[in-house]
Amino acid sequence: MARKVAAEAAVVATNPRYPLACLLLALISGSLWAAVLPADRADVMYHSYDGGGVKIDGPAVLVRKSVTDDVSVSAQYYVDEISGASIDVQVNASEYAEERTQYDIGADYLLNKTIISVGYSNSSENDYEADTYSLGISQDFFGDLSTLSLSYAIGNDTVGKSTDPTFEEDKRTQSYQFSWTQVMTKNLLMNFIYHAITDEGYLNNPYRTYRYVDGSGASYLTEKYPETRTSHAFAVRGRYYMPYRAAFGFEYRRFNDTWGINAYNMDLGYTHPINDHWIIDVHYRYYSQNEADFYSDLFPTADFQNYMARDKELSTYTNNTIGFKVSYEIDTGWSHDWLEKASVSLAWDMMSLEYENFRDARQTNRTPGTESLYSLDADVIRFFISAWF
Amino acid sequence: MPSLHSNKWFQALPLGGLLLLLALGGCSPIQPWVKPYERNNLADPIMQFSMDPVESGYMHHVYQAREAARGAEGGGGGGCGCN
Repeated sequence: MARKVAAEAAVVATNPRYPLACLLLALISGSLWAAVLPADRADVMYHSYDGGGVKIDGPAVLVRKSVTDDVSVSAQYYVDEISGASIDVQVNASEYAEERTQYDIGADYLLNKTIISVGYSNSSENDYEADTYSLGISQDFFGDLSTLSLSYAIGNDTVGKSTDPTFEEDKRTQSYQFSWTQVMTKNLLMNFIYHAITDEGYLNNPYRTYRYVDGSGASYLTEKYPETRTSHAFAVRGRYYMPYRAAFGFEYRRFNDTWGINAYNMDLGYTHPINDHWIIDVHYRYYSQNEADFYSDLFPTADFQNYMARDKELSTYTNNTIGFKVSYEIDTGWSHDWLEKASVSLAWDMMSLEYENFRDARQTNRTPGTESLYSLDADVIRFFISAWF
Repeated sequence: MPSLHSNKWFQALPLGGLLLLLALGGCSPIQPWVKPYERNNLADPIMQFSMDPVESGYMHHVYQAREAARGAEGGGGGGCGCN
């Protein structure tokens, strides 16, 4: 019966007047295979970011477990502890939140070849609260060679200011993502993603300031941002199985937004197992972006234009990252017991950011606008223990 | 850097091309070309886009904090929506 319906549909679909029908037929054709839920596992991680005068570290715990044959649930607890003072804090002598705690819960429901996912996330700081709800659907088709996923998320944030208890602003974020994963050959897997995100509300960081020429020196005022932002990101990534047991990975992503920022990054990686226990992973990533339309390191006057920012993340810069990861795996062989496999991993990435139009305003002995350009190096370390059960 | 700046046609090209390929796929009797018994290599854990979700989710968060670009990070990502 299904074959007959498909044959009749093909008559319509092969008619070039019906390109949409062609597309739909492509989506539903092929012998369908069952999708699978993610594996049951638990991870306990220590993470650390150390760079630019700031150290942010803390624990993270992620547990995922099937509760029935077709439902899997997950929960994550994550903490950022912030110490030190970034260049922004040193220039403006302003305070930042010292701790951020995040909780995530999620559930996946498997229905034949479809997985429906729901999630909720809460992030809390003494001056920032964020709640995010997400919904996704993923479908395997074409003999299990293709997976299409659509997801939507909505976030409601409340922005505060530790130095002003009466300060409270709202921000709303909506996210739409389309993902297509395709088995290209028996050794090559590709993934294409388009992701649009819109923000409305208070998008500033309330502590950050812009600077402007004031007599022979410079003065600072609170930044002024637009109240909307829409961004588009498109990524292609792939993994290729080498002629021996190892994998080569690549990624290219392009980004643009309504603030005038264009960015791209590329990543090349190589994963190499050694005997049954060790997995070595190396990667190199390059990122580049140009400044937002309303960014300047030094504005000519205090009210030069409607929107003014001096956030270094909105300037023109590059980020070069090189990373290593090593994992040691133990297969317990206890397939009928509670623990099937365990691993210990250490990952270390070194980031180097070179800013092209953000100057080091701590050099107060120099005329504003003639200070040296800022740069920062950061070490990003993850140490984690994983268990599959 | 300005050389990247957008040409909308160029940006639409990859997605348009993919949709076209997909549409053509629906119009011709293409069968799945990698058989189930040929998927040993693809099933190897080293072929996962995100081998360790807790760790890759964290890295996405670090990049989102240090870079203006956001989204399309792939599996394990998502971030928290915060600054």
